[in-house]
Amino acid sequence: MKYRFVAGLSAMVIVAAACGGGDSESSGGAAECEVGETDGDLAFYNWTDYMAPELLEQFEEEYGVKVEYTQYDSNEQMLAQVDAGGAIYDLVVPSDYMLDTMIQEELVMPLNFDAIPNAKNIASEWQSPPFDPENKYHVAYQWGTTGIGISIDALEAMGNPEPTWGFIFDPELSSQIPGGVSMLDDSNEAFAAALKYLGYSIDEVMTSGNEEAIREAGELLKQTTPNLVKFDSVTFGDDLVNGEVGAAHGWSGGFALSFLEADAYDRDVYVIPKEGGVRWVDTMAIPANAAHPCTAHTMINFLTDAENGGALTNYIYYASPNEAATPFILPEILEDPGIYPPPEVMAQLEFVPQAGELQLLMQDLFSEAKG
Amino acid sequence: MTSLDHAAAHSQARKGRLLATPAGLYIVLFFIVPLLIILAYSFATRTATGRTELSGWNLESYDKLFTGLVMRTVWRSFWMAAVTTVMCLIVAYPFAYYLATRAAKVRNVLLVLVMIPFWTNGLIRIFAIRFMLGSDGPISQASESLGFGEFRILFTPTAVVLGMLYSFLTFMILPLYVAIERMDWKLVEAARDLYADGFTAFRKVTLPLTKSGIIAGSILVFVPSFGSYVVPEILGGAKTLLLGSYIARQFGQARNFPFGAALSVVLIVAMLIAVVINQRTEASEL
Repeated sequence: MKYRFVAGLSAMVIVAAACGGGDSESSGGAAECEVGETDGDLAFYNWTDYMAPELLEQFEEEYGVKVEYTQYDSNEQMLAQVDAGGAIYDLVVPSDYMLDTMIQEELVMPLNFDAIPNAKNIASEWQSPPFDPENKYHVAYQWGTTGIGISIDALEAMGNPEPTWGFIFDPELSSQIPGGVSMLDDSNEAFAAALKYLGYSIDEVMTSGNEEAIREAGELLKQTTPNLVKFDSVTFGDDLVNGEVGAAHGWSGGFALSFLEADAYDRDVYVIPKEGGVRWVDTMAIPANAAHPCTAHTMINFLTDAENGGALTNYIYYASPNEAATPFILPEILEDPGIYPPPEVMAQLEFVPQAGELQLLMQDLFSEAKG
Repeated sequence: MTSLDHAAAHSQARKGRLLATPAGLYIVLFFIVPLLIILAYSFATRTATGRTELSGWNLESYDKLFTGLVMRTVWRSFWMAAVTTVMCLIVAYPFAYYLATRAAKVRNVLLVLVMIPFWTNGLIRIFAIRFMLGSDGPISQASESLGFGEFRILFTPTAVVLGMLYSFLTFMILPLYVAIERMDWKLVEAARDLYADGFTAFRKVTLPLTKSGIIAGSILVFVPSFGSYVVPEILGGAKTLLLGSYIARQFGQARNFPFGAALSVVLIVAMLIAVVINQRTEASEL
């Protein structure tokens, strides 16, 4: 009797779970929203330390809705949440390659650009990118680069060499860095860095499905793990300025913010390795199952406003794709080569494309490398 | 038994069932159902994009359990949990003994002191420890001023064990305290009367009589240490991947729900077996 009850229950659960998994809403047409229309409170899911709090307050005041703001520290974590449908978000901020995945899996809805007149503020170089060629699903949020933050002491200890990914991957160099090295806890970024160090073009490897190169990079990561202090995508900048690590793989703005807060510009520096680095752009997109798509459109329009775009960059220290915002951005940010790299450095940077079949392999090899 | 007695017993039983209903519902809804969901997911399929499909049931995730990586992680988690348990025991036993032998007034004050850390959020306490163990923290500074140079424990296995010791110590103190407190002290006196020295009396009388407390405390410390997630995430480094973090990662970054579920199922089953064996041996000893 008891056993039959448990068996029945488990059957029920399996059915319920199957139903839950099956009904991910297919993306229909763009939402019918007017400019400035709101249809309820906004569930906003964004990266950690990636928003000026006063902008959220201002939005709440202006439109009379609440913003439930939650944060994630990797694209995959956000994807798992949106995909599982456990929590319904109205607005998310996937990076380039992740937006590609979400479009393919029909997890984001096409935007109604009539409700986002400020989208014209985005500079033309950020319109129609390879991950969303028709520019249907996103508005660019912020962009930046991935490189290495390093203490000036560590650079001197190594005899001031030209910046290289070898700071992480070459044991002879990394062992000279007092405090050790940390690496981003992010499979795409880790592989991009390893591939660059090995001399590959990231784009070529990913688009041609070069599994061998990925395995070679995975092996390099595995050999490097014992020499690392830790994997971290959240406190990499703070750990560097606090001296917990001597060098850290990380994102441009994260370092800039930590340097600024700790007044560490004379102790630490952000460099882009000579082998070339990674450039990326994060995008605002609306999940297909969003409950309040009109409020989300209004928020996108609000954040893409010239003045608000400037306030955003002035707070988080990442570069803005918003051309109209330039006059509102602090000159010290516009002149910082760590945030807006000079053209010759820009030319060496690559986007990490959606890796298709290789994506899972990279995730699995990265898990293995970290074990 | 008269029919009246029978009816009384019956109504007593019914009342008992009624009283247990809320707890029973709670356990079914928030414990058994989630466990069954985990079980179902562990047989599910992971698609080429990392999505989980609840169809094509298979044992692939269980196949992957026997790789070197999983074994190393399990072993590392096991010995770190074991070290934490032993250290908790070494720290907690003398303290519990001291506690149990004080006058009621002092004892109550000390018990409150044991509880006070729980008034602060555990995460915040772990971040405080992170600061303590860091290269700018007081331990490192003391070592520097004594001329031993910078001394960083943070991001090492030692830091993780210290963090777990701190987090779970109370779970060891309380059962030990209860066991020592309710022990019959006349037996210790009798041992001393029979010319046992202090150590022998402790070894032959006190220790066996408080064994139940030692076992209960050890289980309460070992189980959460073995699956610990927060402490190794915050205090650990690149070389301290533990089972809890590894499982959590399957549901986040690695996007492998079936594998994460299979790991959880095996962990639960292993713990259950250990607890059942322990109860059996204990029962047979009585």
